[in-house]
Amino acid sequence: MDNHQHHESFVKKYIFSQDHKIIGIQYGITSLLFLLFGFYLVTVMRWQLAYPMEAFPLERFVYPLLGIGVILLFIRGLKIGIHSVVGVSLILLAGVSWYVATRDENMPNRIMLPEFYNQLGAMHGTIMVFLGVVPLAVGAFGNYIVPLQIGAPDMAFPKLNMSSYWCFFVGGVTMLVSFFVPGGAANSGWTSYPPLSDIATTGQTLWLLGMVFLITSSLLGSVNFIITIVQLRAKGLSFMRLPFFVWTQFVTSFLLLLAFPPLEAAGILQLMDRVAGTSFFLPSGLVVSGDPLPANIGGGTPLLWQHLFWFLAHPEVYVLILPALGIVAEVIANNTRKPLWGYKSLVYATIFLGFMSFIVWAHHMFMTGMGSTINAFFQITTMIISIPSIVILSAMFLSLYGGSIRINTPMLFALAFLPMFGIGGLTGLPLGLSTSDIHLHDTYYVIGHFHYVVAPGTIFALFAGIYYWYPKLTKRKMNEALGKIHFWGSFVAMNVIFFPMLIQGLAGVSRRLYDGGQTYAHAQSVLYLNEVMSIGAWSLAFFQMFFIVNLFLSIKKGKEVDDNPWEATTLDWAATTSPPLAHGNFAQVPEVYRGPYEYSVPGSDKDFIPQHQQ
Amino acid sequence: MMEIPYTSKPHSETGLYNAKFGIWLFIASEVMLFGALFTAYILLRVGASEWPKGAEILNVPLATINTVVLISSSITMVMSWASLKMNEFSKYKVYMLLTFLLGVVFLVIKFFEYNAKFHHGYFPSTNMFFATYFTLTGLHGLHVIGGMIVNFYFLTIGSKMWNTDKERFTNRIEIAGLYWHFVDLVWIFLFPALYLL
Repeated sequence: MDNHQHHESFVKKYIFSQDHKIIGIQYGITSLLFLLFGFYLVTVMRWQLAYPMEAFPLERFVYPLLGIGVILLFIRGLKIGIHSVVGVSLILLAGVSWYVATRDENMPNRIMLPEFYNQLGAMHGTIMVFLGVVPLAVGAFGNYIVPLQIGAPDMAFPKLNMSSYWCFFVGGVTMLVSFFVPGGAANSGWTSYPPLSDIATTGQTLWLLGMVFLITSSLLGSVNFIITIVQLRAKGLSFMRLPFFVWTQFVTSFLLLLAFPPLEAAGILQLMDRVAGTSFFLPSGLVVSGDPLPANIGGGTPLLWQHLFWFLAHPEVYVLILPALGIVAEVIANNTRKPLWGYKSLVYATIFLGFMSFIVWAHHMFMTGMGSTINAFFQITTMIISIPSIVILSAMFLSLYGGSIRINTPMLFALAFLPMFGIGGLTGLPLGLSTSDIHLHDTYYVIGHFHYVVAPGTIFALFAGIYYWYPKLTKRKMNEALGKIHFWGSFVAMNVIFFPMLIQGLAGVSRRLYDGGQTYAHAQSVLYLNEVMSIGAWSLAFFQMFFIVNLFLSIKKGKEVDDNPWEATTLDWAATTSPPLAHGNFAQVPEVYRGPYEYSVPGSDKDFIPQHQQ
Repeated sequence: MMEIPYTSKPHSETGLYNAKFGIWLFIASEVMLFGALFTAYILLRVGASEWPKGAEILNVPLATINTVVLISSSITMVMSWASLKMNEFSKYKVYMLLTFLLGVVFLVIKFFEYNAKFHHGYFPSTNMFFATYFTLTGLHGLHVIGGMIVNFYFLTIGSKMWNTDKERFTNRIEIAGLYWHFVDLVWIFLFPALYLL
């Protein structure tokens, strides 16, 4: 490595950076903030669900945010850094939520209006999926870890990588701005079903524009990932020697590349409907608020949107899950000190899952009257796609068998991921069968099901990843005690939130009810659960404070460690800790001589043999 | 500091340099974009109670000229790349300029077509036929403009790279060409679907 110092300006080095590690961190910080914001929206909604039409205690929701913001700002005595960026963002968020919540069109006398509730619901889903989990799993972890794990100097196209982040950023800002336009943010659910979304307020137009930016961002990102993984692997690193995490990112990129354009097409059509007066998604004879629409409106079909939307949104589910499975695989192999069970079957299952995810989308639409033949087709493909998921999960469970397991914070999150993702997956089966879906469709059961997959599933895996790779960035480990409090608190709270949803759903409570089902006779017996879930959600928020504090405190106060603190085998740990910027990942070009998980090899003096060891 | 490999030399396993691989992936996603729109078009047309004949309302002769213009521009695009391969930079400039100008001709003709439609009171909101016509040709037009911006860049300031890295510059023209041919190909599908069928 040449020691020549590059005197790049601060802006070029940290803001418009072309280095995959900085871009990864940018993605990480931005998406964590969006995750927090999306979660914040739902804590506000849960007040309305637990105590319908009661005055909202705004201070209780804003002061904690303000408090953490101020603490972060001063945590290192006004020194500029990531902590101050996050601190200022939180203070801004507190101010903005105060402003939004006190407006009369949102909460007159602090009582939430149904229109505002709908905005919160739609934006919670949108932000969590498109601005939180995917950018964190793919943008942050993928960007930072993949080039390191394959022994590459950087991503294949650094400039493209930078533009991909800034597209994402602009898309995110567009979504945030939409809260301030007349009528507020998008309010037709994260799925934006027409005809409702076609005639909704201005916020929906901004939603569509924001989505175009986000789609462009992930398109640029996925092209970059695929080429990086195919072309930039180190010498000797054949496909079957790739760490499983790289495989999951590889398949994920193909899903993003090919599934997102149809949503872009749908977005363009809906934009035309809203701006140019076309009626792609508006059926004839539509009456809005008692007024029939003009004669030239009509002839379109709302079902077209559903098809195009779910053609993206089902593969998107796997985009949410696959990187998480990759992270969990890395953490489990490392902490059981033995090879992953059935590496090849994991890889083949992942590829098969990727293919299958393109032909299951209409299982979201059993209730649209597609007819039993089409229902049967999608029901069968849905049952088939559960097989590779079960192969992957079983392989991970079997990997635990006979290992001498090290219990640390990343491993706790990874271990909890397995049963939680299991519950999420198994509760999906009744939804994939068209007969039982009749009862469960659009109930809280659906909400419970996919939150089990994404929240204590994917988000736990992402936490595992943050705790696991933190020393790579900072040369320090995060605090174990705070980490364990964060884990156990989140684990209990998550289940308190999401399990009652399954119960409510089986009782028939619909999703998206402004009053949580208070006015429905069949919901009365399970109504008490609303308060339980809300308390769970607020407790979850409380336990995330331990994470936020830990994240920033450990940058300076964490336990110092060497280059390979977890004694791992993969190439990311062969790179110097917090590798220098400007494509300087490795001291020498690494060469690979063995598979990714050579732990506890008989006859070896150590219990791990790194991939680059001859 | 390590250099990023395969920026202009092909990888031994794939036979592609990074950017060429990239443009193929990008085209794959574009196929999905226009594929979804064509699917929507078919679905809406099949579901419609009546659908006007394109040839009766749209200007087929103008569109035929435009088809010839675009195909010619694809030929000049290939010629510009071939000129670089044969180390004839001045010929490249001529062919690239022609490609760009043919793009301008396409857009001017398209402008007159659009203008005539607006003049007759046909807008995207008129009916489903015009909704699909304006959306599909409009999106294609945006792709043409995008390609022209790229071509213009390589015709002017971008061509300085020829003096520093001939191989990489030639590759860039090849990639720009692949995209330009794709845009051409989309029109080859749009023309019969909207104007003739």
